[in-house]
Amino acid sequence: MEKIIEVRDIVTSFGSTIIHDKVNLTVEKNNIYGILGESGSGKTLLMKEMIMLLKPTAGEVWVLGHKLSDIRYQDAQSLRHQWGILFQFGALFTSLTVAENIELQLKEYTSISKKMRDIIVKTKISMVGLPSRAGGLYPSALSGGMIKRAALARALAIDPKLLFLDEPTSGLDPIGARNFDALIVELRELLGITVVMITHDLESIYSIVDRFSVLADKHVVAEGSLENVLQSNHPFVERFFKNNYSEKIKMRVDGNV
Amino acid sequence: MRIIHYFTGFLDIISLMNTPYLRIEEHLDQINIYSMGEWTLYNEPDIHKILQKISPDKPITWDFSEMENFDTSGILLFMIYYEKFKACCKVRVVGYSKEQERMYHLLLKNRVKELVPVQTEGHLYHIGKFVVSGYEEFLKFLDFTGYLFVAFLRYFTHPANIRYKEIIYHIERSGLNALLIISLTSFLVGMVISYQSAVELARFGADIFIVDLAGVSITRELAPLITAIVVAGRSGSAYTAQIGAMKITEEISAMRTMGFDPYYFLVLPRMLALMIAMPLLIFFADILGIMGSMFAASLELNISYTQFLDRLQEVLSVKHFWIGIIKGPFFAILIAMIGCFRGLQVTDDTESIGYQTTASVVNSIFFVIFCDAFFSIILTEWGI
Ligand SMILES: Nc1ncnc2c1ncn2[C@@H]1O[C@H](COP(=O)(O)OP(=O)(O)O)[C@@H](O)[C@H]1O
Ligand SMILES: [Mg+2]
Repeated sequence: MEKIIEVRDIVTSFGSTIIHDKVNLTVEKNNIYGILGESGSGKTLLMKEMIMLLKPTAGEVWVLGHKLSDIRYQDAQSLRHQWGILFQFGALFTSLTVAENIELQLKEYTSISKKMRDIIVKTKISMVGLPSRAGGLYPSALSGGMIKRAALARALAIDPKLLFLDEPTSGLDPIGARNFDALIVELRELLGITVVMITHDLESIYSIVDRFSVLADKHVVAEGSLENVLQSNHPFVERFFKNNYSEKIKMRVDGNV
Repeated sequence: MRIIHYFTGFLDIISLMNTPYLRIEEHLDQINIYSMGEWTLYNEPDIHKILQKISPDKPITWDFSEMENFDTSGILLFMIYYEKFKACCKVRVVGYSKEQERMYHLLLKNRVKELVPVQTEGHLYHIGKFVVSGYEEFLKFLDFTGYLFVAFLRYFTHPANIRYKEIIYHIERSGLNALLIISLTSFLVGMVISYQSAVELARFGADIFIVDLAGVSITRELAPLITAIVVAGRSGSAYTAQIGAMKITEEISAMRTMGFDPYYFLVLPRMLALMIAMPLLIFFADILGIMGSMFAASLELNISYTQFLDRLQEVLSVKHFWIGIIKGPFFAILIAMIGCFRGLQVTDDTESIGYQTTASVVNSIFFVIFCDAFFSIILTEWGI
């Protein structure tokens, strides 16, 4: 399998607080890769290191064959045209409407006509489950779930090959969350994209994630498919997966499949 | 784009168009469209241009088997022209993959037909909006002033509301930390004023009057104005930006619901801090301004420092100094009120922080100068 992202021996520290101590993981092409861990375990920071928002204290990250520590400006820009990012809190541009937020990259990077851009934007708005009137609203007029959806639509605007999602389903209603999952699976299959998603959502983990890693105690304590991870007896894995609630969800998801 | 005309009867092709993304064969009784290559976002404009040129008048067969790659925009484009061609002719689509078909159905499900009409506003609308919003802003400022005044009065009945720690913090931030820039500006202004006047005075042999001129103008007018302008640019803008950012992140809403009145927690501490710091800063600016002037006088007119100071004590009556100092709290109230008011006017988007910060600095400098002129007139009328 082609490796899309490789994280090698990442160390992240702020002063004397160490967040990551030699973290390793590999994301393969066309996979939906999950990152799981307690709040504050450094998932968002790890994602920021993959998308060149933060330089790791030590270690290396490769994305689509580029070594990020000494990447050239042009290569960095071309990487940025190939990925889409859904931030944990949306990070929509507050002075633009939802439609303008989605349209921005199309407008700047392609010569697609205004009319066609409108059609693309409207389709994306509908794909993520927003009502079409949402296009004209400013981010301040959106609810938390709507912000997530609008941010996903923006991340999908240029049909990226690589999608980073930071807690995409948190803040969504359960039905909306499942539609989100379905859309991500559909896009993965139709467009061959690779998805890295940070999630706590057990249903997403059981149903759509192919492989994932568990971040705890500054390390990746388990990595691989669900079966692989469940073999670990790290306390966090035990606590997260081996309880009534988790098993009930697993039974429900398995029943559906 | 290449269009080749075939006149041979055997193939019955009338014309053929060949491009990297599309091959179009026009036969006598039908049109064959072959989609080829990458039907993706970056090629969309090129493909679109070619498709626009086709106005079919006979049945179409649209073949997908040579398409190498696609994304949502490619399939959307197909969908638009498929719908358009279908309106006039029979269209048969062949050779598509399972993925392409599924993408088509995904997009079809999310196809939004109706276009939201774009509103355009005329000049009259903008003029009207400008006037109305100006009036509304004025009303809001009155409202703000009223609230602030009541909150201030309540200090006397509820002294516990006074936030000493905050006041001291803001004295440090807006006062102490401004010392360097204020001393630099007032020293330079004092120097420039004396240097420029020295040339003129020397022509009349009135060298020593430089002291009268610099002494009065610096203490009475220049030091207060310079201080106010620096503080407006430095602290007034900071107040607007801080409070504005708190407005956007809904910190102010959170404060309100927790019973922390923003007037006590944000506005009054800043205002009182400036009211205390400003006269002290003006006093400091007086000293540095006169030092600058002394420096220029000794360079240009050979007036020694002792001569300068002796003359200064003789001619500069203390009232000029006090008038300069008294202006301090008034300027401070203006700057702090405008800065905080503008911050509270910030709406939900980041652009309005920029707008309000600019407005805050421009307004406060204007009103400081206006207030200064007012002082001049009143004091002259009173003969002081
Ligand atoms: N700039 C920073 N300085 C110090 N600590 C930080 C900084 N940014 C994040 N952290 C800490 O790093 C840890 C991981 O943060 P984050 O990656 O956001 O967690 P999560 O796994 O919930 O996404 C947290 O404990 C946070 O306090
Ligand atoms: Mg996080």
